[in-house]
Amino acid sequence: MNNEITGAEIVLKSLAEQGVEVVFGYPGGAVLPIYDTLFKQNSIKHVLVRQEGGAIHAAEGYARSTGKTGVVLVTSGPGATNVVTGLTDAMMDSVPIVCITGQVPQHLIGSDAFQECDTTGITRPCTKHNYLVKDVNKLSSVFHEAFTIAQNGRPGPVLIDIPKDVQFASGTYEEKNKIIIPSHRLFEPSPDFEKNKIEEAVELISKAKKPIFYIGGGCINSGPMASKLVREFINMVGSPVTMTLMGLGVVGSSDKNSLGMLGMHGMYEANMAMHECDVMINIGARFDDRVTGRLDAFSPNSKKIHIDIDESNINKTINVDVPIIGDVKQVVEKMITVWKEKKFQIDDKALKLWWDKINKWKDIDCLNYNNEGKQIKPQYAVQRLYELTKNTKTFITTEVGQHQMWAAQFYKFEEPNRWLTSGGLGTMGYGFPAAIGAQVGHPDALVVDIAGDASILMNIQEMSTAVQYRLPVKIFILNNEYMGMVRQWQELLHGGRYSESYTDSLPDFVKLAESYKAVGLRAKTTDELDDVITQMIETKNTVIADIWVTKEENCFPMIQSGSAHNEMMLSKDQKQDKKSAEKGKILV
Amino acid sequence: MNKSVYASPDQVSETKRHILTVLVDNEPGVLARVIGMFSGRGYNIDSLNVAEVSNDENISRITIVTHGTSEVVSQIEKQLLRIVPVHSVTNLDQEGSSVEAEVALVYIYISDTNKKKVYQLCDLYRARKIENENNTTIFEIAGASERVNRFIKEINEITKVEIVRSGPVAISSIQKNEEE
Repeated sequence: MNNEITGAEIVLKSLAEQGVEVVFGYPGGAVLPIYDTLFKQNSIKHVLVRQEGGAIHAAEGYARSTGKTGVVLVTSGPGATNVVTGLTDAMMDSVPIVCITGQVPQHLIGSDAFQECDTTGITRPCTKHNYLVKDVNKLSSVFHEAFTIAQNGRPGPVLIDIPKDVQFASGTYEEKNKIIIPSHRLFEPSPDFEKNKIEEAVELISKAKKPIFYIGGGCINSGPMASKLVREFINMVGSPVTMTLMGLGVVGSSDKNSLGMLGMHGMYEANMAMHECDVMINIGARFDDRVTGRLDAFSPNSKKIHIDIDESNINKTINVDVPIIGDVKQVVEKMITVWKEKKFQIDDKALKLWWDKINKWKDIDCLNYNNEGKQIKPQYAVQRLYELTKNTKTFITTEVGQHQMWAAQFYKFEEPNRWLTSGGLGTMGYGFPAAIGAQVGHPDALVVDIAGDASILMNIQEMSTAVQYRLPVKIFILNNEYMGMVRQWQELLHGGRYSESYTDSLPDFVKLAESYKAVGLRAKTTDELDDVITQMIETKNTVIADIWVTKEENCFPMIQSGSAHNEMMLSKDQKQDKKSAEKGKILV
Repeated sequence: MNKSVYASPDQVSETKRHILTVLVDNEPGVLARVIGMFSGRGYNIDSLNVAEVSNDENISRITIVTHGTSEVVSQIEKQLLRIVPVHSVTNLDQEGSSVEAEVALVYIYISDTNKKKVYQLCDLYRARKIENENNTTIFEIAGASERVNRFIKEINEITKVEIVRSGPVAISSIQKNEEE
C-alpha cells in the first residue's frame, strides 16, 4: 500500500505530531532503524549523551523546567537497564517522560540474544505504564496513548519497547485525534462528588485560628497557573505557608506568608507551625517521611485537608479529615470561588496571635551559622551564588546530599519550575544531566548545578555532552572531599566512624574541565568567591567552579529520623536524647 | 497505615480476609502488574484467580484473596486502580453480601480397606468422581472454601491424597438493574 511507512518512520512521525522538539539518547544495535530515520529529518533535534543514565535525567530536567514531556531514546539490554534509575526517579517525582527502547527482533525474544533483556519486565514497577509493541500498525496509537498517560493525572514515565523487526516493518500511521483512549486508562476527576468536599474544606479554613498551607510538587505539575492561584488563595486567607523540597517556588521566598521549606532540614518555624497548627491544608504533597518525621507525633491537634490527584496518597501514611481528589489548579480555583461567594473571613485576631507566635520561632534564626575566617562555608557559597544570580533568569539543579539541602535552604526561589532536584528517589548524579536538559529547554537562561564533589562524579562523563552542544551549564561544586551527608549521619549516629565516606584521589576539577575544553575555576577562600562566581556567570561556556568549603560542616537545622517536628536539632551541641537516637538509627 | 517505616505500632486495626475482584484489559503483562504491585509493596496474596470473562471486550476478571487491616486493604485497592489497564476494583466484603466458590480436584489413593469410607465421605460432600482413561480415583468438589477445607481434612484422615485447588472466585449477590 502506498500510505504505508516503516515503524521507525512512524516513531518519528508520532513524536513530531506530539510536538516533540528534542530527544535525549544514545544509539545501539536495536535502535539503528530509528536513528537512521532521525538522520533523514530535521524537525527533531537529538542530544547525544555519554551514558543512558544521563539521557533520562536530562529529559527530566528538560521536562521539569519546560512543563513539556521529556523524550529518551536508547537501545536494548544495557541501554534499557541504564535508564532504570532515571525511570524510578521520574516515577517518584512525577515527571512526564516517554522512553523509547529498542528490543531484539521478535523471533529472538526469549533466546538470550545479544543485548536482550526483559525490558518491560524490568521497568514495570518503575514506570507508570509500559508497552512491548509487536504490531507495527499499533505503533502510532501506542505512542499517542503513551504521551497522554505520561502527562495525564499524576504525571510519570512511560516506556515503549520496540523490537527491531517492528521498526523495519511497514504499517499505517494514525493521527493523534483518531485515537480514542478508554476512560478507565486515564485519570478523570469526578467534579460533583468533590464539590461538597471543597465547600467543607473552605469552611474549615475559614474557621481556623492557626492555619498552615503545606505545598508540594503537585502544584508545580499542575502548571504555572496553579501556583498563581495557590498564591492568590493563601493571600486571601492570610495564612502562613510552607513548601516541600519539591514545592519550592510555588510561593515566592520573599512572599510575606512564606515560612520556607519544611521537613528534615526545613525551617524551624515551618516545622513548629506544622506541629501546632489547627488546620493544615496540604496541596499537592504526599506526607513524605522526610516531611512528617515521626508519624504518631505529626501535627497532633490539626484537622487536615489533603488535595491530591493520586487517590493512593490519601490516608497512605497520615489520616486526613477532608480529602479532595483532583488537579490543584481546578480545585484551588473552586476554593477561591467558594471563599468569595460565601464571603468567608478568617478570625483576624486569632490569626495575628498565630503570626506573633510564628515570628517568635523565626527569631531563633535557625539557619544561622558561624561564618568566621577565610575558609568558605558551604552555606555562604550558596548565599553568594544567590545574591549574584538573583537578577538573572536562573535555573538551579542539584545532586543529592548536604549541598542539596543548603541549596534548598539558602537559594531563594521566587517562581515555579526553576528548581530541579531529585526528591523522592534521592539520586546522586541527577543534577548535572538535569542541568543539561534544562539548558536545552532554555538556551538563554543561566543554569547552575549546585553539586557535591561525590555526586558530580556519578555523571561527570556528561561534560562531553555539554561541551559538544555548547551548553553553558555551570557546575558549582561545594567541595569538602566527603560524601557530606553520609559523614554527617556517621558523626551523629555512628560515633564519628567515617566508614568509606571520605573521597581520596578526587580529580583536579579545574584540569578536568579543561580536558573537556570547558572552563575550570577555583575558589579557596572567601576573598576569591565572588570573583569566581562572577566569572562563572559571565563565561559563555561550560564551567566547573570548584569551591573549597569547610570540610566538616553539618547541615542544620535537622529533625533526626524517628523524631517529631518539635524536636529539631539546631546545632551539633544540642544532643538528642539517646533513646530516640537509637530508635532513629534503624530508619533511613 | 502501617506501611511507613515511621508508623506507630499501636495504630493497627484488625486483620481480616478480603476478596477483591479486579476487572482488567486482557493485555500482556497485566497480571504481572497486579501481582508485582502486591509483592513490591509488601502485601499478601492468599489466592489468585484469573480468567477472561468477556470475549468481545477483551476483559479479564482477577479474583484476589488477601488479608490485612482495613487501612492496608483500602491502600491495596487504590494502588490497583493506579494500574493503567485496570477498569475497576471491588472489595466484596464492603459490597455487602457475595457468593464465593472454588473447585478442588482430589486424587485419592484407594485400597480395599478404605474404599467404603472414601466413597461414603465423597457422597456426603457431593464430591463427584471424574472418569478418566487410567481409571484412577479423582474427585471434584466445588463450593465455599470452608466446605472444601473440611472435606480435605476428613479425607486426609482416611488416606493419602493429592490436591489441586483453584482458590475462590466470588461475585456480589446484591440485586442490580439490568441497565447498569
